[in-house]
Amino acid sequence: MDLGTRVRQGDTRAVAKLITLVENDFQHAQKALKDLHQYCGKAIVIGITGPPGSGKSTITDRLTQHIRKIGKKVGIIAIDPSSPFTGGAILGDRIRMQDLATDQEVFIRSIGTRGHLGGLSRSTQAIVKIMDAMGKDIIFIETVGVGQSEIEVIKVSDIILLVTIPGMGDDIQALKAGIMEIGDIFVVNKADRDGADKLITEIEMMIHLNGEGKKNPPIIKTVGIENIGIAQLWKEIERLIVELEENGQIYQRRRNRVRKEIFDLFQENWKDMFFQLIGEANLEREVEKVLKQENDPYCAVEKLTEKFKKKIFQGGNNIV
Amino acid sequence: MNYQGKKRIEEVKKQWESNLLNKVLKKFSERKNTFVTGSNKEINRLYDPLDLESFDYVDDLGYPGEYPYTRGVQPTMYRGKLWTMRQYAGFGDAEESNKRYQYLLQNGQTGLSIAFDLPTQIGYDSTHPMAHGEVGKVGVAIDTLEDMEILFSGIPLDQVSTSMTINAPAAVLLAMYIAIAEKQGISKTELNGTIQNDILKEYVARGTYIFPPLPSMRLITDIFDYCSKELPKWNTISISGYHIREAGSTAIQEIAFTLANGIAYVSAATKKGLDIDIFAPRLSFFFNAHNDLFEEVAKFRAARRLWAKIMKERFRAKDPKSMMLRFHTQTAGCTLTAQQPDNNVVRVAIQALAAVLGGTQSLHTNSRDEALSLPSQKSVRIALRTQQIIAYESGVAETVDPMAGSYYLEKLTTEIEQGAMDYINQIDKLGGAPKAIEKGFIQKEIQNSAYKYQKDIENKERIIVGVNQFQSEEEPMKDLLKVNPEIEKRQAEKLNSIKKRRNEAEVQENLSLLKKIASSEQNVMPAILSCVRSYATLGEVCDQLREVFGEYKDSIKI
Amino acid sequence: MKNARIRVLVAKPGLDGHDRGAKVIARALRDAGMEVIYTGLRQTPEQIVETAIQEDVNVIGLSILSGAHMYLFPKIMELLAEKEATDILVIAGGIIPNEDIAELKKVGIKEIFTPGTDTNKIVKFIKENIEITKT
Repeated sequence: MDLGTRVRQGDTRAVAKLITLVENDFQHAQKALKDLHQYCGKAIVIGITGPPGSGKSTITDRLTQHIRKIGKKVGIIAIDPSSPFTGGAILGDRIRMQDLATDQEVFIRSIGTRGHLGGLSRSTQAIVKIMDAMGKDIIFIETVGVGQSEIEVIKVSDIILLVTIPGMGDDIQALKAGIMEIGDIFVVNKADRDGADKLITEIEMMIHLNGEGKKNPPIIKTVGIENIGIAQLWKEIERLIVELEENGQIYQRRRNRVRKEIFDLFQENWKDMFFQLIGEANLEREVEKVLKQENDPYCAVEKLTEKFKKKIFQGGNNIV
Repeated sequence: MNYQGKKRIEEVKKQWESNLLNKVLKKFSERKNTFVTGSNKEINRLYDPLDLESFDYVDDLGYPGEYPYTRGVQPTMYRGKLWTMRQYAGFGDAEESNKRYQYLLQNGQTGLSIAFDLPTQIGYDSTHPMAHGEVGKVGVAIDTLEDMEILFSGIPLDQVSTSMTINAPAAVLLAMYIAIAEKQGISKTELNGTIQNDILKEYVARGTYIFPPLPSMRLITDIFDYCSKELPKWNTISISGYHIREAGSTAIQEIAFTLANGIAYVSAATKKGLDIDIFAPRLSFFFNAHNDLFEEVAKFRAARRLWAKIMKERFRAKDPKSMMLRFHTQTAGCTLTAQQPDNNVVRVAIQALAAVLGGTQSLHTNSRDEALSLPSQKSVRIALRTQQIIAYESGVAETVDPMAGSYYLEKLTTEIEQGAMDYINQIDKLGGAPKAIEKGFIQKEIQNSAYKYQKDIENKERIIVGVNQFQSEEEPMKDLLKVNPEIEKRQAEKLNSIKKRRNEAEVQENLSLLKKIASSEQNVMPAILSCVRSYATLGEVCDQLREVFGEYKDSIKI
Repeated sequence: MKNARIRVLVAKPGLDGHDRGAKVIARALRDAGMEVIYTGLRQTPEQIVETAIQEDVNVIGLSILSGAHMYLFPKIMELLAEKEATDILVIAGGIIPNEDIAELKKVGIKEIFTPGTDTNKIVKFIKENIEITKT
């Protein structure tokens, strides 16, 4: 039986293996992904982001436990940063989700960022598809809300929860740039702590400044660890999904995503083609020249582009 | 030091440096570029009075038995009474452990120290699914009062002091101890001993927690309150740095994190309205003893001085007993090597010596085979004999605080106190120990030290004899202790039998009363006592509390 | 496999709370370029095996100091066989007496590392004993 069929039957091992293939060797994973695509599109994808220590994993865990009670099947993608020096990573989000480990209707996968920008959102998107095709109703993507690559990744979602906690100090300022705009629901976690109301006021002010004319996103208080506010949070998510479906937002987001996906895949292919047709050595040679002031980068690119075009016209087709 | 004295030393030192030292250094370089203590503190070539310029004998040391207790908590120390030799023991079931206790008492041990198995420490009965494979392994299995009756049979509780390494369910085991005293006809006021009862270090270093921090702290203050009225001789907590050090901390971190936890307990109790000078004298501590002799001795002295200051200045304690840091010591399990295990006897001797020179009140010496398995009877005897040789042959017990006045030791003592104080200030800024633990700060600090230690060994910056140098081929060690695999079955049978014999209605009534009281603000001790008297199981009692308090989950990332 | 990483599950089965070794190993493996999944204390054999499968790890590293290894390790191997996942390399560490080591190797644990083991030795062992395979 081929991998795609096994995935659709919910074979955990097959799903896990295909995800590995996506991460390790995307080109080879594409065959199975092509087969699976027609079975995708049913799952709702929820992004959960926020600063380190805000309790994203706990919220993910508690939300999952909550919706398991109403029979929803859940997939979770937990993303942690890889070390830029060694490429290694400690993937520790699962530590808060291990009560779910033996639930056959929950599939959790931890992934490292592995250091290249386009690659991560490409794999994440593929993993979402695999989980969707295996029959998950809800897929959570959990990642730290700092840095460009994380924002890219979280945009794979249909709706986005932004988790914050009181007492972060200046961190809220750091969040503001880029990430405050993408939150559909704000979760103020650890809301039993001092400063929760102050944080809510701050968020309200910031939303107000940002979203002119846009509807203000709801703010939900939770204490994840004690399961407080989780049911309400889920209700809000459900309500919002209906709303976004009705006003065409979800469609629009998915449309943007597919467009981006096609373009990103094309870009990745193009990059691969560049290295296959032109080669690392040619690139290095140009680098040297520019460094020695024998050439400038603009002319170097023109030269490489010419070479590239020529190769393609020569029939460099069955590459990639 | 007066001005002229200082000048003279400086002059002589300068001459020594130019006439002798530098010439020697030119010809023969030293073994290493930098020398560090066991905890990576840089060590100078030598120490002299110039290092102790701001040192004040009366303020910094004073006399033993007096504030700040640097030299010890009693005026005569071991000239009056030797430390309590207390070997931590327990394995299998109550019958077997009772035999080991009898053996140790006959061999001159002066106090008991009970090791419980992990299901007991985590509040599970031996029949709980999570207990599979763990029953009787690292200590004795206790399910009901009946097991405790067997454990202490033939041991009159008014004649021994008993230390119990029990934390999350400490209230339950203490209640059982009280109940068997009642059966032996001994008054509660006569009971002498310690429960570890230190939950904060479980979250950072030892892992046998049950409930979340807040209700756990409430159980602890309930015990403080109950004991201050009913068990005046009982040590209600043993605030433990031992496991923090085992988890990989440095000496400074051991002191800092332990005292920070101590501050949290004292704050919780005073907030509850308890009088500091009533409960504080019953607080005790538990530290680790490592191989770096001077650093360890300095650590114990620094801890005493720092705690005295904290109690006096921060908490305004009045009773001198509230300011005295009394402590138990155990030699460092993590320094024992599986390679050439007989060498461990020597390590343990050095560590035990450090504890005695540091003025410990009681001491456990590890056995040479503990990196391989539970200790055999023979190894335990050597460990006990090690203490006896220090006590009776080495001469170090014949005068009080014999290392005091060493330039190196006093400098180290001050530095360790300062380093620990810096950490405590940092923890205060984070909102105190419980908050620092919740944020993972303390865990992270310990992990970083543990990782560095490992890397230092692998890079041979730190030499461990028999491990990364001086290795030799060796025969595998024989006669290791094996816990009888039948224990789990036997324990289950005992449990089922007592469940049939007990008055079920009474048990259920007591359990539901406990649940009610746990949900209120009342002290849980009397209700727990009723439960154990009626032979409710440890698991049943803890389950009531779990329902009210919830359970804590390990959630701190690496 | 241009972008492959060795994936390791570092797990603490049973009730033992001593996690110094497990955490040191986790960091050492990370520093050797591996992706390490750490799941915390008190894991059941079922949780460990299910996690290993979902995470598609190449290696499971188990650590026990409580003496419960003769029950928990074989149980984990049994479950792995049931799930047809015996291709995962299983190694272990902790306080394991010599005479138990032979028996544990018989049930499929590839290597047992006792206290004092150099982490580089573990990294080397993993690299030599796994094969990052395609599906």
